[in-house]
Amino acid sequence: MERLRRYGFVAGFLAVPLTLYTVFVISPYVQAFQLSLTSWNGYSSIVRYVGLDNFGRLLADEVFWRALRNHGILLLVLPLATIVIALLFAFLLNLGGGPRGAGMRGVWGSKFYRVVFFFPQVLAVAVVGVLFQAVYRPDEDGVVNGVLARFGLEPVGWLIEPDLALWSIIAVMVWQAVGFYVVLFSAGMAAIPKDYFEAAALDGAGRLRLFFSITLPLLRDTVQVGWIYLGIAAFDGFALIQVLAGDKGEPDGATTILPITIYNTAFSYQKVGYASAMGVALFFLTVTFAVLTLRTTRRERVEL
Amino acid sequence: MASRREKGPGVLSALSHVALAVWALLIIAPLLWTFLASFKSNTEIFGDPLQLPGALRLDAWGRAWDKAHIGQYMLNTVVVVVFGTAGTMVFGSMAAYVLARYRFAGSRVIYYYFVAGLAFPVFLALGPLFFVVKQVGLLNSHVGLVLVYIAYSLPFTVFFLAAFFRTLPEAVAEAALIDGASHTRTFFQIMVPMARPGLISITIFNVLGQWNQYLLPLVLLAGAPDKWVLTQGIARISTLAGYEADWPGLFAALSITILPVMIVYILFQRQIQSGLGSGALK
Repeated sequence: MERLRRYGFVAGFLAVPLTLYTVFVISPYVQAFQLSLTSWNGYSSIVRYVGLDNFGRLLADEVFWRALRNHGILLLVLPLATIVIALLFAFLLNLGGGPRGAGMRGVWGSKFYRVVFFFPQVLAVAVVGVLFQAVYRPDEDGVVNGVLARFGLEPVGWLIEPDLALWSIIAVMVWQAVGFYVVLFSAGMAAIPKDYFEAAALDGAGRLRLFFSITLPLLRDTVQVGWIYLGIAAFDGFALIQVLAGDKGEPDGATTILPITIYNTAFSYQKVGYASAMGVALFFLTVTFAVLTLRTTRRERVEL
Repeated sequence: MASRREKGPGVLSALSHVALAVWALLIIAPLLWTFLASFKSNTEIFGDPLQLPGALRLDAWGRAWDKAHIGQYMLNTVVVVVFGTAGTMVFGSMAAYVLARYRFAGSRVIYYYFVAGLAFPVFLALGPLFFVVKQVGLLNSHVGLVLVYIAYSLPFTVFFLAAFFRTLPEAVAEAALIDGASHTRTFFQIMVPMARPGLISITIFNVLGQWNQYLLPLVLLAGAPDKWVLTQGIARISTLAGYEADWPGLFAALSITILPVMIVYILFQRQIQSGLGSGALK
């Protein structure tokens, strides 16, 4: 009797979540893999299987390669810039004030900075995109160009110069992300025993030494987690680029990325099969990235 | 006192204060500018960006609220996020609890089945998802969006909460069961209150994620502009502002969107930061 009640309870608690998840998450993913082998257009009732044709086409598709190239740039620059800036700020905010009394202190105003830095993280990416349209406007009405004009500098076409547009967008991503990683790294730094710093400070280590010889090595795991999150974020970026650079990744595809291309291919050009093949490619790229990162960064753990 | 060792850090800490202050300014300035621009006239917005508004004009806020439907979008978003997060928490915690605390055939498999959802990019599912939602007749409806939000929030919620339920002591739940409480009652009256810190963290995480969601409503509510949520409404207003030359209206709309988030953030910043931080590290 008790066994029956137990099973009834387990089944009852799992029924709704399992159903929702299977219908709306798993079944679309399974269908996506299946559709990537078809030439389905999204409305016809006939689904024609074309084998791996879509993937062959993908390899010859210039837009696909341009999107990949942009992912490559994002993948290198976004994590590097965000982590370097966030590590520096987290160090200043937690340990930069030097040893005081029983522990280490952050610099003056740490609490205020922590609150301000994190704020962009809670803003919707779509809102941030619209906000930065005004910031980046190409003539002197733009916020940045208006400031430049004050110093007698020429206005810059932040989002309309093909060589510059992607970098301007990466800057917004870094702007938004830094606060979160400051908090993440701060949590990591709080876990380092205080006496390490005290002992080193007594031995005459300066703040640079404290950072490079103690904080950084002991923060390895947290930095690795951050790197993976940022890497995965570098494979998305849809909302920001769609709002800032438009549906096609203007100017002239200079800012296009896979999610943008997938969205257009499926919903504007009605090539659902082909779009699904791009989705499958994106899936394997993301997984490969995560596995490679985990492998190459795995070293001897520092024992505390 | 002014030894060499004291002087070095002096320069260094001056530099660090400059760096921190500049970054703070980079965050505050665009937000402040948006807020001020909502009181400006069109010509003032296109004039010197560093100029303050000439007069305190409030009409743009009214236009944004009524004509640009920000009020409607906000109401839609609140409805969707309230039901979406509540549903996610109820179903997510139920599934996580059963998977964490009950041994039965297939429990590991079901757990990994949920967690696997973390590895897939949403873009892969986008096309088929549209047709699944269409097929069950929930396209362009808030009910459909809420169910999809719940489904896509489940992998992380189950992953996080299962780990959390495992850390709770076994003895209390066992005592309740021996005293004759049903499994369901034990869960709602004993385990849920005990799991409060974990539940709060993950609730914050889900509220933020669903409030800021852009892609799913873009695809699933495309045909029903009266049901749109804030993020897609703002993107739309931004496109329209170009045609209608109502820039103060756009910035008023942005300000109306940003202000409640800012207030909630300032009130709960400690919980939000630790909630998101611990969520990321699990």
